[in-house]
Amino acid sequence: MHALTEMRVPIASEPDIVAARQAGRALAKEMGFDDLAVTLISTAISEVSRNILEHAERGEILLRPRNQGGRHGVSVVACDRGPGIPDISRAMQYGYSTRRGLGVGLPGAKRLMDEFRIESGVGAGTTVTMTKWLDGHD
Amino acid sequence: MRVPILKQRDYLIASVQSALSDEDLLRLRDELAARVGRDRSKGVIIDVTVMDVVDSFATRVLLAIAHILRLRGAETVIVGIQPEVAFAMVQLGLSLAGIGTALDLEEGLTYLDQHIRTDHARAH
Repeated sequence: MHALTEMRVPIASEPDIVAARQAGRALAKEMGFDDLAVTLISTAISEVSRNILEHAERGEILLRPRNQGGRHGVSVVACDRGPGIPDISRAMQYGYSTRRGLGVGLPGAKRLMDEFRIESGVGAGTTVTMTKWLDGHD
Repeated sequence: MRVPILKQRDYLIASVQSALSDEDLLRLRDELAARVGRDRSKGVIIDVTVMDVVDSFATRVLLAIAHILRLRGAETVIVGIQPEVAFAMVQLGLSLAGIGTALDLEEGLTYLDQHIRTDHARAH
């Protein structure tokens, strides 16, 4: 098995959301995730990508294969240099705001992955890092 | 990519052929809203068999389509949601409550026949 490398997908327009989730799907499949996990990962990528477009207009998705103490997984890093999130706990409330979704975006993505971390500074942008492990539980 | 919309009896069938961008979904909504009037359709089937992701935006648009078409006098049924996609939607807390769903195209036609009393249905 050849080494899996990190992938970078720029997010600047709606079709990029599709490109990002398809890249994530391909990588997750190659890593050996089952169909369900692949779908959960690509759906989570869709939510965080749209979040970038809505709030920062542009940013990028990094797809990062992980190998930590024999555990394999994939991290999805969504980063932008947008306005940042003034109130993270409110942004993480299920059903809160968003102009185009159902208020599902970030909290929804969190439900689909094993690990989820969000860092944001007002004026500095937002970075969401979420990971799915091959032996993870739903 | 544009979703082709075919007319069959009193129904319209929109078969999604590939991954859809947000814009594609909104165009489908607008085209169906216009077509049910032009074709005097009583029912619409949206076949999402090939969709490998149905996220919160897609769900919102599908719900909107069904509600708009009901206001235009047509019933909507979504068919072909894959098992993994259904699972992901449940995890996300998304639901298509209030609109019809069926396993596949054939079941979708049966659903519409049962839910819509058309001259065609009465004649058979």
